[in-house]
Amino acid sequence: MFNRDRWNEILQVLTTNWFRTLLTAFGVFWGIFILIILLAAGKGLENGIRADFGDIATNTMFMWTRTASKAYKGLPKDREFSYKTGDVADIWENVDGVQYVSPRNQLGNFRGTNNVVRGLKTGAFSVYGDYPEIIKQEPMDITSGRFLNYGDINEKRKVAVIGVDVKSSLYEFEEECLGTYIKINDVNFMVVGTYKKTNVDGDSENAQKEIYIPFTSFSQAFNRGDNVGWMAITAVDDVPITNIKEQIFDIVRENHRIHPEDRRAIGHFDLNEQFQRVVSLFGALELIAYFVGICVLLSGIIGVSNIMLIVVKERTKEIGIRRALGESPWSIKQQILMESIFLTIISGMSGIAFGALVIYGINYLLDVSGPVMMFVNPSVNLGVVTIALIILIVSGLLAGFIPANSAIKVRPIEALRTD
Amino acid sequence: MIKIENLHKSYKMGSNSLHVLKGINFSVEEGELVAIMGSSGSGKSTLLNILGMLDNLDEGSYTLDGVPIKDLNETKAANYRNKFLGFVFQSFNLINYKSAMENVALPLYYQKVGRKERQEKALKYLDQVGLKEWATHLPSELSGGQKQRVAIARAMAAEPKVLLADEPTGALDSKTSYEVMDLIQKINDQGNTILVVTHEPDIADMCKRIVHLKDGVIVEDKKIKQVRAAEHV
Repeated sequence: MFNRDRWNEILQVLTTNWFRTLLTAFGVFWGIFILIILLAAGKGLENGIRADFGDIATNTMFMWTRTASKAYKGLPKDREFSYKTGDVADIWENVDGVQYVSPRNQLGNFRGTNNVVRGLKTGAFSVYGDYPEIIKQEPMDITSGRFLNYGDINEKRKVAVIGVDVKSSLYEFEEECLGTYIKINDVNFMVVGTYKKTNVDGDSENAQKEIYIPFTSFSQAFNRGDNVGWMAITAVDDVPITNIKEQIFDIVRENHRIHPEDRRAIGHFDLNEQFQRVVSLFGALELIAYFVGICVLLSGIIGVSNIMLIVVKERTKEIGIRRALGESPWSIKQQILMESIFLTIISGMSGIAFGALVIYGINYLLDVSGPVMMFVNPSVNLGVVTIALIILIVSGLLAGFIPANSAIKVRPIEALRTD
Repeated sequence: MIKIENLHKSYKMGSNSLHVLKGINFSVEEGELVAIMGSSGSGKSTLLNILGMLDNLDEGSYTLDGVPIKDLNETKAANYRNKFLGFVFQSFNLINYKSAMENVALPLYYQKVGRKERQEKALKYLDQVGLKEWATHLPSELSGGQKQRVAIARAMAAEPKVLLADEPTGALDSKTSYEVMDLIQKINDQGNTILVVTHEPDIADMCKRIVHLKDGVIVEDKKIKQVRAAEHV
């Protein structure tokens, strides 16, 4: 295979009619180029969407209560109920694969009436009673001070972590806020930290106008007893929350005497399911990219095969001479196959290189012109390039196979008679 | 060197069968220069093709240098052709994108002779046919006689047991024909066995033995006094 004479010959044959070779090569070049570009575009879209999800724990479900839709165990329908802190403990103990369970109570929101006062300034904000784990489920950057911790929970400290927008509406510019007090529904809380959320996905106004206080302090200060308004439950990485959510619902139904088939009583939003839907969409996109790319490539390969057939036909006499001089059929077959593989690989490699160049150009444009909605860093990884190369080698073999066989099918005596 | 017994060959043409060779018995000793003569359709080319292992025989036996030639697959036939036989064709059959030297070196390449040795040998044989200065020229830059001389050098390069020439002078004028025959005679003088198929009596007279073929059988097989081609050049 690594034989100087053979390679000389391959080059001689391919360069005798270089225009034809170029046209043939273009088919494969174009096919692999399209494949690469499609895959990169798919990847860019995927990266864009994934960036939107950001580092939010996607294996998460949120649940809240609604009214019961069925009468059960002597209790009427349309009954209201509330989760209890006991539910949290039960979920922890009885469901495998749960990573975080964050109960939450909420007070007011940014569109509501003013509920926070500091000196002469007032504002309407969402106030959450939360556990420290919430920062893993809803990532935020702590811009100063600290976030809630278990000390706060256990000692029911009246401390608060406020959003940057809360700070700007309650404080003067560059005024120190840590250690100062704000009044939430007439209860004083000390500010211990500020946060800023980066992945807010169209909800940025609300996102920075939140105040986090310890769950236990919230319950005590605002008389919630052991009620829980809302829960965020995250499963461990290799257990999809979608698989264990029914177990969680069963526990809650049991605890609150909800009919086992009551579909309405427990409201939930399964982020993982949404996320998986998006992920499977990208799987489908990639599949389409491969399908279309390989189809285009296929027509290029058929072109190569065609040309190789013509080349073999043109060289019938030459092949006859060679065989009369004692070249073995296998050697001739090898020669044709190598010509075909060489042609596909060279043109395919230039297709890959050109594709990479175009992707580089697009990335450069994206960098210069700023972020584009849902399209980030289109790229193909080394794995894809390897797959493309394997496809090329295999297709080169396929393209050369029929011509190579037809080359040695003609008997030397007949080949010699051809003029 | 060559021994053929009761050789039969027929071709199927649609539903008809054309019996071309009808029982040929024929042998050639080492160092002979044999002319096979006959009119068109007498079976002389078929005989040469079978001798050259380019075609299979239907019946009979063929022994070349003590080796029985039968049941050959293509790979084996190619190997035997390469080792035992050198071919010279009427239409030269040089490979047109290879230089004279590369053409001559081709059979050596199939013998897996190293690159350098191949070039040296090719040059040596080109020198023998008087075309050393033309080594780097393509066939298209050579005259008919020169092409045939390159073809002869190529046939000789593999140092075959037998040289088979199919109408080697058929495409050449008489002066060039005699030059080519002169070359063939000289190669024969060195002890090589050569078979020449021809229908030209003057070419046949330059061999040492003439075999006449007619309708697939040998009608005459005689030794003659060789006419030296050099006298006519």
